[in-house]
Parts: sequence; C-alpha cells; structure tokens
Amino acid sequence: MSARTSLTADTSYATGASVRLSRRLSRLVTYLLLVGTSVCFLIPFAWLIVSAFKTSDEIFVYPPIWWPAHWRWENFVQALTTLPFGRYALNSILIAVVNVVGNVVSCSLVAYGFARFRFPGRRILFMVLLATMMVPSQVLLVPQFVLFHELGWTNTFLPLTVPAFFGSAFYVFLLRQFFMTLPLELEEAAKIDGAGSFRTFLTIVLPQVKPALTAVAIFSFQGAWNDFLSPLIYLNDPTKFTLQLGLAQFQGTYHTEWNLIMAATVVVMLPMLVIFFAAQRYFIEGITMTGLKG
Amino acid sequence: MNTKHREALLGYLYISPWLIGFVCLTLGPLLASLYFGFTQYNLLNAPKFIGLQNYIHLLYDPDFWQSLYVTFYYAIFSVPLDLLVALGMAILLNQKVRFMRWFRTIFYLPAVLPPVAVAILWNWILNPKYGILNRFLAILHLPQPQWLVTPQWTVPSFIVMSVWGVGTWMITFLAGLQDVPVSLYEAAIIDGASVWKKFWYVTLPMISPVLFFNLVMGVIGAFSFFTQAFVMGSGYGGQGAGVNNAGLFYALNIYIQGFSDLNMGYASALAWVLFLIVLLLTLLIFKSSALWVYYGGERE
Repeated sequence: MSARTSLTADTSYATGASVRLSRRLSRLVTYLLLVGTSVCFLIPFAWLIVSAFKTSDEIFVYPPIWWPAHWRWENFVQALTTLPFGRYALNSILIAVVNVVGNVVSCSLVAYGFARFRFPGRRILFMVLLATMMVPSQVLLVPQFVLFHELGWTNTFLPLTVPAFFGSAFYVFLLRQFFMTLPLELEEAAKIDGAGSFRTFLTIVLPQVKPALTAVAIFSFQGAWNDFLSPLIYLNDPTKFTLQLGLAQFQGTYHTEWNLIMAATVVVMLPMLVIFFAAQRYFIEGITMTGLKG
Repeated sequence: MNTKHREALLGYLYISPWLIGFVCLTLGPLLASLYFGFTQYNLLNAPKFIGLQNYIHLLYDPDFWQSLYVTFYYAIFSVPLDLLVALGMAILLNQKVRFMRWFRTIFYLPAVLPPVAVAILWNWILNPKYGILNRFLAILHLPQPQWLVTPQWTVPSFIVMSVWGVGTWMITFLAGLQDVPVSLYEAAIIDGASVWKKFWYVTLPMISPVLFFNLVMGVIGAFSFFTQAFVMGSGYGGQGAGVNNAGLFYALNIYIQGFSDLNMGYASALAWVLFLIVLLLTLLIFKSSALWVYYGGERE
C-alpha cells in the first residue's frame, strides 16, 4: 500500500524525467522477458544440434558437454545410410505434393461455391462443414481403415492422398474468408463478356487469392509431411515408409545411440525449417485469417 | 432453366467434392463406427452383432479408465497452461518492441516441426541422467524427476513438452491483440485506468473470441493427442504406453485396441465414447461462451 501511495505521490510531481525512467524500466523488463523466453525456446535446438555431432562416448558424459571435441559429420552419413532415408524422403515428398495439389484444387472450388452461389441449404451445409473440424480424427480411424481395406488400398499411398481431393474443412473456411473479401465487379464484368463461370473462376478469381492459396498449399504440405498416424496404420511395406515412420523406427532400433538418432532428427526437421523461413508470412496470414474470424 | 436454378446448380457443382467427401469419408464412417461399436469385428470375419457388450466391457476395462484418467490429467493442465503461455508471449510481442519478427520466429518455430521429431528430441531432453533439463535443474539445486521413467512423472513430461509447441496459439492471440482498436486504450487512459485494468476491461474482452477458438481447438487437440504419446512411450513399456501404462492416452488406447489387437468393434465403441466426450465438452464451452465471450461486431 505504501509503495502505491509513494508512486502516486511521485507521479503527481511527475517530471518528464521520471516518466521516461519508468517507461524505460518497463521496456527493459519486456526485453528481458523476451530474451529469456527466446533462450528457453532455443535451448532444445542447440541441444539437438550439439548432440547430433557428438561421439557415442561424449553422449554419455555427466555433466553434459556443450562443445564436442570433434564435430562428427560422419554421424549424419552413418544415420542416413543404416535405413533407406532417401527412399523415405521420396515417399514423403510424393505424398505431400499430391496432398498439396488435391487440397488446393478441391478446397478452392468448394470455398468458391460457398462464397458466391446461393443454393438451398447453403447455411446449414456450411455449419456442417465447420462442425466436421470438431470431430476428432480417431473417431473415423477404424471405419475409414475398413473402407480403404475393402477397396484394397492398404499398403498403398492412396489412403494418404485421395482424401485430399475431397476438401478439408479448415482450408475451405480459410479460402472462403478470402473469397468473401473480393469485390464482385470483376466477376460480373467477365460474365457480361460472356465468360463461363468456371473460366471466370480460373482466370479472374483465383489469381486474386494467391496468398491464400499459398497458405493452403503450405499448410497441407506441412500436414502431410508431419503426419504419423495415417502412414502408421496404412503402410507396412518398409519400402513405402515415410520419413516420420522411418524416424520412429530408427529410434526404436538404435534406442541408445542418441547421437545418430539426433542426426536423423535434424535431417527430418530440416525441410520444415527451410519452408518455414522461406514462407513464414503465409503461415502467419493463414492462421490469422482462420483464428480471428472463427 | 432460370438463373436462380442455374446458380443453385452451379453452387452444388462447386461444393460437390466436399459433399461427396463428407458423405463417404466423414458421415458414412461415423455411422459405420456407431454400428461396429455394437459388434465383434476383427477385419477378417464379418462383424458379429453383440449388442451392448462392448460398452459393458468398457466399464470394467482398467485400460479404459486409465486412458481416461491420463487424457483428462493432461488436458486439465496442458490446455490452460499453454493458453496462458501463448497469451503471455503474444502480449510481449505486442509491445512495439524492436526485433519483434525475430522473437516471433523463435517462439513460433517449434510448432511447425514434425511431432515425431519433436517427441524424439524431448525423449532425449528428458533423459533423467544425460538430458539437458535435469542438468539445468541440478544447477539450480532443484529436484530432478525421473520424467518418463517413472509413472507419476509421465503425464507431467508431456505437459512440459506441450509448452514448446504453443506457437500457433500465440500467433492467433497476437493477431487478436493487434486488432484491438487503439481508441479503446486511449479512452481507458483518459479514465485513468491502470495497466492491469486496461488488460482486464479492454484487452481480455476484445480477444475473448480468440481465446474461445483456441480453447475449443485445444480441448479437441488434447483428446486426440497421439503421436508424441506413441513415440515417447514406446521406449518405456508395452505398445507405446509408457511405464505401467502411465502414458496410455485415450487415442493411443484406441490405436492399440483397433490396430494392434484387431478389436475393431471395441475400438469403435471407445471412439464413440471419445466423440461424445469431446462433443459434450465443446457444447459446454459453447454454452458458457455467452457469459464470457464478447463479439464486437455482433448483429441481428
């Protein structure tokens, strides 16, 4: 209490200097907190990289050392050649790229339909679409597996790619938000010029939402690339494994060779890191659009 | 055909991919799993109808109760903690600071990484003897738990790890904070509001829709928590559930029942119980939102 009264007393006599001082102090506290949190968030990365370069002896030294005597690049060679990681990477890329194409095509069509056309049941169907975001994927796991099993699709990439061509609620929602902000004039002008609806959509509408399409492409790449559960249940032939499956298997097989496991982990993280640094803007815009207007 | 019909037809045509997908990949499977829940089904033989037996079995199944306990324990602590940390970081970033982009990048980065890789990294960070976390605790003279090696520290291990991945929530909070009209703060300052009052009466109501969105997504996420549980638990006990099933998350139990033990019928019953739990929690949050969520642009 006394602290507060003295504070108010202070401000009543407030000179420019004391106000500036308190502002500087709060600024200092903000930076200290920011830097402190950053360090906490970066330490796991540092630990990952340092561990990946250690010898197997250095891994098991107590207390842990932060600077290996010799940075062993050989760890990466050894980690990546014991399992066919090149093959896994190709599989992951193939699955992710098909997912990107499927989601961009299907979600932009569906979103445009919801944004621009009036048809009976539109509101209800859109509510249903949003509601599907709230169904935990585990609920659909068994019956979807049974479906794909009956179709003879298990142990192929089909269960991991075909669903992308039927739209995904989150991306449809994101794209619809963008379509709603576009002025109608351009589309109407195209219509008067005699262009068909689909041609207008392709040549007039889509070019205006490139940032949103990029966001959808990046998110669906990330989703497919990071996915673990679907490859786990659908793929059992090791030549068809994805990177995530391979990495999990690697940990299971070499469970004490942490230096090699960390080296493989660095490699599996790398593509997402590169994409993130190259396209951070789209990640943030995409999240902002869906999170806020939700 | 008049233009109105034409428009409707075109509309249905555009949304047809989702419509087909919804019927075949969501609604159909949802109903199928409701049916499977009343059957005994191992994928090899046709499903055999057994009435409520799966649901009765579930009541006496210790694994079911254990998985429910683990998942609720995780959700009750991780969701509020992660929301609080994400909001705190967003407020820091919103202070018109220099290098804001750098800080934002650092805070957000872990959230985009593959969960398998994150789980494996944390397995090593949480190693009781050689891991870096216990090293820091030792330097600070704090107790050093055995983390994933002991049952009582297994769920806390996952809660600690979850804080590292709050980046997405932080970005939504940050966007919400940046959307608060400056005029509201100016009015509050004229009224002589303290920093705390500005936060409580201006910021919090204005970002409550974001908080609501994150809360719903957080609860659903916690109840679908699988990959990290599977990857981290597999070093410590049967089928990835950790020591004494201490890491037997609900989704993991569904996986084990359905895809390791091929009890597809029982797994479907478990899945439907999960669905109902999540539905109930979501409804509760929606109902309560009338009391605490403020929509500025509310119409009608």
